[in-house]
Amino acid sequence: MYKVKISQKILATNEEYALKNRRLLDEKKKLCLNMISSPGSGKTTILKRTISELKNKIRIGVIEGDIQTDLDAEKIRATGAPAVQINTNGACHLSAAQVSSAIEDLPISNLDLIFIENVGNLVCPSAFELGETAKIVVLSVAEGDDKPAKYPAIFAKSKVLLINKIDLLKTAGQVDFDIERAKADARKLNKGIEIFPISAKTGEGMDNWYEWLTRSVKNLRL
Amino acid sequence: MHELTIAQGLLDAISAETAKQNAKPLAAKISCGTLNAINDDSLCFAFEAFAKGTRCERMKLTVEHKPIQGKCRNCNLTFDVELGRPRCPKCSGENFELLPDAPLVLEEIEFQTE
Repeated sequence: MYKVKISQKILATNEEYALKNRRLLDEKKKLCLNMISSPGSGKTTILKRTISELKNKIRIGVIEGDIQTDLDAEKIRATGAPAVQINTNGACHLSAAQVSSAIEDLPISNLDLIFIENVGNLVCPSAFELGETAKIVVLSVAEGDDKPAKYPAIFAKSKVLLINKIDLLKTAGQVDFDIERAKADARKLNKGIEIFPISAKTGEGMDNWYEWLTRSVKNLRL
Repeated sequence: MHELTIAQGLLDAISAETAKQNAKPLAAKISCGTLNAINDDSLCFAFEAFAKGTRCERMKLTVEHKPIQGKCRNCNLTFDVELGRPRCPKCSGENFELLPDAPLVLEEIEFQTE
């Protein structure tokens, strides 16, 4: 019996593609945001509203990741924005290689911002770098305020936390969600995380998110 | 479930070295950081499924989990962060910088001597 020292990164292939994506996005000065959340937190609804309301300010394209169907890409295209659908056929996350080929299908010269809507899953997508500028984690109030404590990795790695569906908190007793607890838990591991409570349905709080997006796009152009 | 992708990457890496050594691999050591969120059982299960019928079948995998570290902004101590209760063990400060998580690495492979 003998041992051979290897010291090789297991996800090296994914990292190579992620680096390739990052270089392309840097060179073209495009902001690229990887949105991660549980299924049903409202990622697509947030994107639809964001695209419609920022139409005259930021040119947005979307890469949609789902296990099956192109329902989400169709919803995005209905807003007038270009969208490319990736079907992972069972895989729980997007890979950098998939994103690399999707970027080629987007008219990126005509875009300022590319959203990647990852497969709905709060664990797996956080382990795969896609070459994005930053990760955005979405948590809807119906999921419970304990999620930042229970799923620390994604909250530790994200630049922004969107707490969605806050309109559900207006009717007393409908949903118990302590926003301050969720914020405090997310900040335990990530002091700099920007947190915006929003309702993509009513539009409440969306201005703060738009302001952050507009500033981030502008900073990249400098 | 991302362990499936990782198991496939791992099998590819081990198979490449196995071809080079032309020997039967018996065991492999892997290391990973906390935020990789690797479940050992899931990884071993997926690896065994992919390795069936190859020279890597029935290999023993050992996973070393490296704790994520933080650097206290108050007393400058570098310490292992306890995710459930993240604070500096020396000054109890909760203001710290989270240091980069250890990557997922295939450390070494043990081969059978012919």
